[in-house]
Amino acid sequence: MVKIAGEWLNSCSGCEIAILNLGETLLTLLPELEFVHLPVLTDNKYFGQTGERDALTIPRAVVGIVSGGVRNEEHLEVLRELRAKTDVLVALGTCATAGGIPALANQTSAASMRELVYRGQPSTVPGPDPDPSRHHIPAMLETCDAVSQHVKVDLSVPGCPPHPDWIAEAIVSLLEGRAPAMPERSVCDGCPTRRLGPDSGCAGAGGTLHRLLEQPAFDPDKGLEEMRCLLEQGFMCMGPVTRRGCGGREGAPRCIAARVPCRGCYGPVNAHSLPFVDYVGALTAVGQSYADMPDKPGYLSRFNGSHTIIRKLED
Amino acid sequence: MPRTIRIAPLTRIEGHAALDIHLDEAGDVADARMTVMSLRGFEKFLMGRPVEEVPRIVTRICGICPWQHHIASTKAAEACLGVAPTPTAAQLRELCQMLASIPDKILHFYFLAAPDFVLGPGADPALRNVAGLVGAAPELARKAALMRYRTQMGLEKFAGKVIHPVAVLVGGFSKPLLEHERAELLALTRDALDFSLESVRLARETLLPPLVKRFRELGEYPSAYLGMVDPNDGSLALHDGVLRLMDQDGSHEEFHPSDYTSHLAEKVEPWTYLKFPYMRRAGRLVLDEREPVGLYRTNCLARVNVCEGISTPLAHSELEIFRREFGRPAHQTFLYHWARLIELVYCCERAIELLEDPAILGRDIRTLPIAPRAGEGVGCVEAPRGTLIYHLKCDHEGMVTHANLLAGTTHNNAGMNLSARQAARSAIKGGVYDQGLLNTVEMSLRAYDP
Ligand code: SF4
Ligand code: SF4
Ligand code: SF4
Repeated sequence: MVKIAGEWLNSCSGCEIAILNLGETLLTLLPELEFVHLPVLTDNKYFGQTGERDALTIPRAVVGIVSGGVRNEEHLEVLRELRAKTDVLVALGTCATAGGIPALANQTSAASMRELVYRGQPSTVPGPDPDPSRHHIPAMLETCDAVSQHVKVDLSVPGCPPHPDWIAEAIVSLLEGRAPAMPERSVCDGCPTRRLGPDSGCAGAGGTLHRLLEQPAFDPDKGLEEMRCLLEQGFMCMGPVTRRGCGGREGAPRCIAARVPCRGCYGPVNAHSLPFVDYVGALTAVGQSYADMPDKPGYLSRFNGSHTIIRKLED
Repeated sequence: MPRTIRIAPLTRIEGHAALDIHLDEAGDVADARMTVMSLRGFEKFLMGRPVEEVPRIVTRICGICPWQHHIASTKAAEACLGVAPTPTAAQLRELCQMLASIPDKILHFYFLAAPDFVLGPGADPALRNVAGLVGAAPELARKAALMRYRTQMGLEKFAGKVIHPVAVLVGGFSKPLLEHERAELLALTRDALDFSLESVRLARETLLPPLVKRFRELGEYPSAYLGMVDPNDGSLALHDGVLRLMDQDGSHEEFHPSDYTSHLAEKVEPWTYLKFPYMRRAGRLVLDEREPVGLYRTNCLARVNVCEGISTPLAHSELEIFRREFGRPAHQTFLYHWARLIELVYCCERAIELLEDPAILGRDIRTLPIAPRAGEGVGCVEAPRGTLIYHLKCDHEGMVTHANLLAGTTHNNAGMNLSARQAARSAIKGGVYDQGLLNTVEMSLRAYDP
């Protein structure tokens, strides 16, 4: 039996549902696993079952799995405790590996967020910020960070959420004591759509880039191999600058299967890639101009806000 | 000596929270507070984004009900841009919302809540979970796990992505439903209906009655309720309709979601990051279990309380059984579990209805063209945890300039705090408590499925 401790930080619980979506595989693996701490499904408490301890404690485990980014002092405390109590720490999901969508907040200040939520809404009677100095709530950090910015991570499983195939690969490889075989390269690499190349004339070439206010061309009765690449059709598809894997071992990229462009939820292709730079080339290759792209940080940094260096916008 | 018991984290719930129970000199409960520890603030970083991208961002607010966020925000964006979905697209969206609700309700009832019913509130905490349920009732647990899994995968197969969906687009839906897909989903949904009927019977005949009796004193107080109904006949509505706010005595008013600020207000407290919505006309919020002021609740119990009936026959007869026993409005917190299963039956029946209508196979899935323009709009659906309201404004290029949202669990913030205090007061006396009693306090929150 391998002991596992799971935690979720600034997360949405989608990563945990993705674990459940292992389905039969999970049932097969279960006899080999013991979840000593997993707040969504089991009742272990930080301060003891009757709140009798003073210090936040997580039981010892071989494997720690953490989803979500780090947004406040409590996340940090939980993360450090989990790191200290586990031999192998897995960062699960793009929030944990690159900040994910919540890290879009890093483009403005934490104070401006509180200003809007507590004093800037038509339904809200304005009130002072919740006060961690006087009450039992953790202070917010200034940014929303990836887990690896605070502790050592042994294995990253990106995806929002990660495909169950790669969660299984991570667990099984740890059980077998071997290196996991995770997908590399870009979403385009596993995309079955037809690419005709720039010479054949791209639908969007020379024209404007399409927002999702328009409809890609495809025949619903025919497979994806009969649909022209969405980027070549002029839609801002983030496939070229996004890590492959969302379709699992066998499937097509998930958004493409729904006939909509990729938005980058697996994060950058690798740790050294720079989506802002790489996308210039991808657009040029289909005859589009990067200068025409609206809201660049909103597309190119939608999921990796903890890692890209973006100038803070005016609050 | 006065002291505080901190229960953290609250477990077998779908979010992140802690409970502080404050004891006085005598060891009796002076107060109890459910604190939400973090602020996610999606409203802030929606600003500056193209309005049609909002539905692809807000899904990440909740991995359990991403479809509801996806759909409600799309409606708000459409109101900004002045477009409406085609009839077929509207059917496809409602279908997806129904299909997404089925695994969610199964997850909550069997995986999160049932360990308390089957193993007992005071069972060994190491076993009081889904693994313990597998040990105690292997057949049932397996069946529930399989049904949850199959419905999730069925929806994923059709819509491409089930957790954090992408198929709902401003003006419509990204792809039509094909005949073979319809046949598969229909077979699946019919199985889900059988399972949901089995579940509601099991719950009302065996699992819930002893607990409803025992928990009456742990959680019953009069409150108002908010939920969506069909504007024509007042029947239960989850996808589209008007909002009905029903007072403690059963009298009610109706309003269009776009008028939410005239009826609902939110209060900020210094001890939690989650705001407290209340009824605007009450002018204030008082958390007193004998005489609450301004307090209303949402989620399934609220919805079955506010509706006149349910448009599908099997769910409606379950509602009648429920009303015969508990009246209308029913105020016991524990009845959330029961109401949730009535809705499970409705979601299956409604999905079947939609799938049986040939119009759902239509190929006209999107209203085009759509041009950016300045606008403002509100979109609303009923999410599993309550009424979900999006309010967006955009400039002439269709870029978001303001965003506000009221999510399901937020509406129940006041109700949950009151339930926690009530449960703590009745469970803990003279400083005597153990893990089982503390779990009963947590059960009063778990009922809300926060
Ligand atoms: S990575 Fe995605 S699915 Fe996982 S917690 Fe973050 S938002 Fe949710
Ligand atoms: S750009 Fe998009 S549609 Fe084109 S190949 Fe890459 S992932 Fe597929
Ligand atoms: S296509 Fe892109 S955005 Fe869609 S699931 Fe795959 S990686 Fe994520």
